[in-house]
Amino acid sequence: MDLKLSAEQKATAAEKAAVDKVIGPSETGWDGGERQARDAHVAFGGHAARSRRHLLIGVLHAIQEAAGWISPGALDYACERLTVPPAEAYGVASFYALFRTAPSPGAVVHVCDDIACQVNGAEDLCERMKRRFGDAGTEAAFDGSGVTWQRSPCLGQCDRGSAALIQRAGGQPARVQIAPADPEKIWSYLTDPQSQGTPAEPTIRSEEEGADGPGPAPRLLTRVGAVDPESLGSYRAAGGYQMLRRAAGLGRHGTLREVKEAKLLGRGGAAFPTHIKWDAVASNPVRPHYVVCNADESEPGTFKDRVLMERDPYALVEALTIMGYACGAEQGYIYIRGEYPLAESRLAHAIETARAQGFLGGDVMGEGFAFDIEIRRGAGAYIAGEETALINSLEGRRAEPRNKPPFPAQNGLFGKPTAVNNVETLLSLLEILRIGGPAYEATGTENSSGSRLWCLSGCVSSPGLYEYEFGATLREVIDGAGGVRDGRSLQAVLLGGAAGAFVGPDSLDLPLTFEDARAAGATLGSGVVLVLDDTVDLASLLRRITQFFRDESCGQCVPCRVGTVRQEELFARVASGTPFSAERDLFADIASVTRDASICGLGQTAVSAVDSAVKLGLIPGASS
Amino acid sequence: MTAVFLETPKRLVDVEIDGRTVRVPEGATLLEACRSAGIDTPTLCYLENLTPVNVCRVCVVEVEGSRTLVPSCSRAAETGMKVHTDSERVRTSRKMVLEFLSSSADLSLASADVQRWIAEYGADPSRYGDPEPPHAAGARDATRPGEHEAATDGAEAATVHQPVKYDNDSYVRDYSRCILCYKCVEACGEDAQNTFAIALAGRGFDARISTEFDVTLPDSACVYCGNCIGVCPTDALMPASEYHMRQEGTWDESQQTVTSTVCPYCGVGCNVDLHVQDNTIVKVTSPLESEVTHGHLCVKGRFGYEFVQNRPDEQ
Amino acid sequence: MFGAGGGTSSYREAEEADLLVLWGSNAREAHPIFFHHVLKGLKNGARMYAVDPRRTSSAQWADTWLGIHVGSDICLANAIGNEIINAGLVNEEFIKRATENFEAYRTAVAPYTLERAERETGVPRDVIRQLAHDYARADRAQICWTLGITEHHNAADNVLALINLSLLTGHVGRYGSGLVPLRGQNNVQGGGDMGAIPNKLTGFQDVETDMAARARFEAAYDMKLPPKKGLHLSQMFEAMEEGELTTAYIIGENPMRSEADTARTRKNLENLEHLVVQDIFLTDTAKAADVVLPGTAAWCEAEGTVTNSERRVQRTRKALEPPGQARDDIEIIAELAKRLGTDWAGADGKQPSAEDLWNELRTLSPMHTGMSYAALEEKGGIQWPCPEDGHPGTLFLHARLWETDPAKRGNPAPFVPVEQEDPLDELSPEFPLRLTTGRRLESYNTGAQTGGYTTPLRHKETINLSPEDATRLGVLEDEVVRIASRRGEVTAPVHIDRVMREGLAFMTLHFPEEVETNILTLDTWDPKSGTSEFKATAIQVSKIETVS
Repeated sequence: MDLKLSAEQKATAAEKAAVDKVIGPSETGWDGGERQARDAHVAFGGHAARSRRHLLIGVLHAIQEAAGWISPGALDYACERLTVPPAEAYGVASFYALFRTAPSPGAVVHVCDDIACQVNGAEDLCERMKRRFGDAGTEAAFDGSGVTWQRSPCLGQCDRGSAALIQRAGGQPARVQIAPADPEKIWSYLTDPQSQGTPAEPTIRSEEEGADGPGPAPRLLTRVGAVDPESLGSYRAAGGYQMLRRAAGLGRHGTLREVKEAKLLGRGGAAFPTHIKWDAVASNPVRPHYVVCNADESEPGTFKDRVLMERDPYALVEALTIMGYACGAEQGYIYIRGEYPLAESRLAHAIETARAQGFLGGDVMGEGFAFDIEIRRGAGAYIAGEETALINSLEGRRAEPRNKPPFPAQNGLFGKPTAVNNVETLLSLLEILRIGGPAYEATGTENSSGSRLWCLSGCVSSPGLYEYEFGATLREVIDGAGGVRDGRSLQAVLLGGAAGAFVGPDSLDLPLTFEDARAAGATLGSGVVLVLDDTVDLASLLRRITQFFRDESCGQCVPCRVGTVRQEELFARVASGTPFSAERDLFADIASVTRDASICGLGQTAVSAVDSAVKLGLIPGASS
Repeated sequence: MTAVFLETPKRLVDVEIDGRTVRVPEGATLLEACRSAGIDTPTLCYLENLTPVNVCRVCVVEVEGSRTLVPSCSRAAETGMKVHTDSERVRTSRKMVLEFLSSSADLSLASADVQRWIAEYGADPSRYGDPEPPHAAGARDATRPGEHEAATDGAEAATVHQPVKYDNDSYVRDYSRCILCYKCVEACGEDAQNTFAIALAGRGFDARISTEFDVTLPDSACVYCGNCIGVCPTDALMPASEYHMRQEGTWDESQQTVTSTVCPYCGVGCNVDLHVQDNTIVKVTSPLESEVTHGHLCVKGRFGYEFVQNRPDEQ
Repeated sequence: MFGAGGGTSSYREAEEADLLVLWGSNAREAHPIFFHHVLKGLKNGARMYAVDPRRTSSAQWADTWLGIHVGSDICLANAIGNEIINAGLVNEEFIKRATENFEAYRTAVAPYTLERAERETGVPRDVIRQLAHDYARADRAQICWTLGITEHHNAADNVLALINLSLLTGHVGRYGSGLVPLRGQNNVQGGGDMGAIPNKLTGFQDVETDMAARARFEAAYDMKLPPKKGLHLSQMFEAMEEGELTTAYIIGENPMRSEADTARTRKNLENLEHLVVQDIFLTDTAKAADVVLPGTAAWCEAEGTVTNSERRVQRTRKALEPPGQARDDIEIIAELAKRLGTDWAGADGKQPSAEDLWNELRTLSPMHTGMSYAALEEKGGIQWPCPEDGHPGTLFLHARLWETDPAKRGNPAPFVPVEQEDPLDELSPEFPLRLTTGRRLESYNTGAQTGGYTTPLRHKETINLSPEDATRLGVLEDEVVRIASRRGEVTAPVHIDRVMREGLAFMTLHFPEEVETNILTLDTWDPKSGTSEFKATAIQVSKIETVS
């Protein structure tokens, strides 16, 4: 490709070294290296050179971590190495919130002010950050290279009360989450990265096997806290890799049959039948096939996948291997959000040790099939959790969703048949194989089989991760976490996250199943149960939701790009005193077009929570 | 063997559109089906010579059984589909897309069709309040993804208004008119020129068409083929010559003739349409249906016409 | 090729080919819209090889670039042929049925081993071998070329060497496979079609051998045609030098700028007894003329047709009134004829229109017969041959070679063995650098037309040197240097360009006002095609010492 690279300042040695560390040194004078004698008469470009685009985001991460921003010279070098036009690469770099395309202080602190943290005093934390570090976006003196802080969408630490992510150039490690966060802890981490210690254990609860039913039941959390997440031996001692052996014994079709009989529905938010995706990929004659684990958990209020990956990483590796086997894929990817450094490093360690012991590679467990896994790190984009946006991001592009059809099972990663599933869905696979598809199907309810993880946060006594078989009511789930804290009364619950819906106290007996939620006009989404007591300022929570969607819209389609802005403006007017009744028709139109005509689920659900609040009468003047 | 090239024969499919059966070749889109049935269907980001990106959503139709509306420009017609193009949902979505765009960008130079659709669907940009003041030059290019200044009282409608970018002698880029239809990016990129001088940058409402780091066009990879201009539906991209005439008030399409001929340069033989006003070529385009060009030209074909009206040795 | 002077294939075939070999063609800049079709092919999965001394913007799209030494094309082509034969990859059935003289070819290319080719072209043998195998194995493969093949003293041999490869593999006469010469000007093909070549009548009918055609023309014109073929351009200049050619009527050409060895050209034109120039500009050539006839810009001030590189005849139309005293070229010629005693005016006293002339042509040139103006209009151009009304035109040529019926197959296509000949302007210690010339995207030929518009792409003429040569010569970017060949010298600023390799220099012909590059070039021409060797000049580059 005839690239034009015109940055005046060329990449620094450190920037080049960072890029080379990811993709290896350049081999010829034609791709950024020294001119060789052979270069005078031959060069290879073309398809092979252009097929390296998918490495772009990893390379941009390396530059960001080395230099604190992606400079024009460094971008040019990345482009030369990967044969990507600079304008395209800039389009990618400027899409993701963890990349900076202007000179930046060496350390950036992202302070979560999203819905769950807001309930727990995020504004107060921001105020203290301001006193300690100056206004958001300004630079405070620190260590020669400076530090700045900014507000952030949900960091997946909702059970901790408050959270921050520190990004640091040239530092080791480059990213770390601090939760609960306060300015002094952040300062002490910046001055002494070792001061942090190991993160606290999360609150988790899962019933004992057989505690509430006659037969065997799925238990997703049994290993969390019980196995050493950095020890393959510990994982195997807890029964690890027996399910892969079982799947190989069942064969591809047998494994697919178990999934089908289990009636497993996806846990990422869309509740799509898992076996339909897998069957479509497995039976597609086009090769190769890919399997992808969607670990881009970004729905505000959600932290379940983070806990699973941090505490039980081998289980995800094993489950993805089984999925690859069942779908006829030899390559799997785990796309993990960039805000989860601990989960990422534990997964990387798990993959490395699994590969070393033959659980990944050319002949997995001696079962005669090949499979391997690569981790790909997201860079700060909620939309990348949408499966086709995720696929674009894996290809080194902006995380813009694709129009469907075609679905990924037909035309997915690199145009090939691809199955994408969420972390919890994959871990459920292990439970299906453990107890058998029919037994799994027998748990839960008629149309919601198995168990589900609930992310309890907000005004509950014991925020944390709770597993229940489908059928538990909202009241049981909240009571299981100790009920509304301080004995206050419940105002509302946000179910399913920012893309979910509010329900009022009169819905406490709602059984948390896909079918009951649907019937009630709610959604389980990603398992968020954000409890809001009577002290919570719902109006500002709603505004935060409207801001979230405006920030996280990819900007591709008009209904979402402009609709999320118009929705935010509308609620700003309401907050400033315009009666909602004066905005009702306009809101109905905005809701209609975003829900009906947006390309993807983000736009289609961008008004859901607000709409439910309107319907519940949670907005002054909006009672219907 | 006779080495005759034969296209694979196409099957025909029947779809029901607004109660009428419409027969189209397999693979045809719903938009093509609608148009073949004479149903006026608005489009903005669609163009015959580009891959449909289905981002503007103004062409949506209702397909029975589909939870959401579907973009007719990219959805293939399938046997048995029941399609509604004039339902309440369709009308609302089309109105809102036009309203969103006209309240955030300047559509005054968009085609007569666009103006007609705005009127027909009843799009009313004033519903969002007064437009906010234009952004300072470069301000939108400096935004960071995932961050924005929260709307204070929502009294003014956010817009993309900003000063014109005029950094070279060939084109003017007036991004106040940009509706982010992606056409220019497609024409500069994979669908034609493969120069990739421009791409989408930023995110959400702050997304914009940009060179790397917003460098000027002369510093970018731009080769001034003008294929971006050729596909722009709102005149956000314009030849400098047209821009000047418009500024001077001399641009008058009613006084222009369009003559189809062949480019005078290399041996490829590109079809060019010469737009002539007062015996002067004021713009060059290429017909979309040309098998040689598919509507695209190079810098010489689009801009290299001056020699016939600027003869250096003319008396 | 095998009787018809046009490219075999349609542009759209490039979109569906499996392998494209761009040989001596920087289509990305010289034929940008053809390159769009190539890019579609690449997007559809086609692989591409580029053979060019420079790694041009076209070559940068190639899967493999072969950076040959200037003028070593035949050696490379013969080595590829030899390797295809040795590897058993020839298309035996096609050779047997549709070609002749294969044995002579086999013998001729046998000495062109991969080792020899590596030595003479500079390209590693494994890369040559890979090209040979990929080309032979592809289902649909095309070779596209431009002036990198034809602006050599042995241009016709270069072309034959490539044709031989297509015959060897059967990559001709089938959809997606073919030989694609890209024409440099919008009507080079049309000029040939119309008979503006010394040995052909309109429609590539031979002046000397096609008696039936001669008879047809003589009947239509009601006069005897000269029995002998004429002179081509290079021969004309030789004839001027010898004093045999004393009068010239030049229409729309500026040899004073475009011919190699400018000094010699100038002398020849100035020595003519009578020079008439018909042009839309007062070119340097026109300034030397005794009579200047201001003509019209054919593409926008007059009606007519042109033919493009896929043999597509298309209409040009009048969009502008010509300025001042300029008159339609047909009118000028008709008036001239009248003065010479032949009045072509019809009964109404009007001179024939472009369409009248075209309709006469259709009666004389069988390949154009079906192309009425109405049909051209309706179909947006038609690709010849189009022998009768209603004929759709011809997507690709030579399909007959694949016919099973020998009668339909017709004459076999001959292999014509050719031998490598090095450029005539030899490198020496005194002239150690090889200057090659070419085009830039935004400019065109001598700049007479492109000089009329400004574009941000335009930059001044430079001599492009490799970083290695620039270092050796101790010259910096933009430094003005002296460039000398055995014929003359010019000065130009240096541009240090990484697509150049050591020993290679590059200039264009676009800016004769700034740098008269053709002062340097050699006007030795190919006896078969009449093209001069613009692509291979031996030069020296030296620093200009500043007087302190």
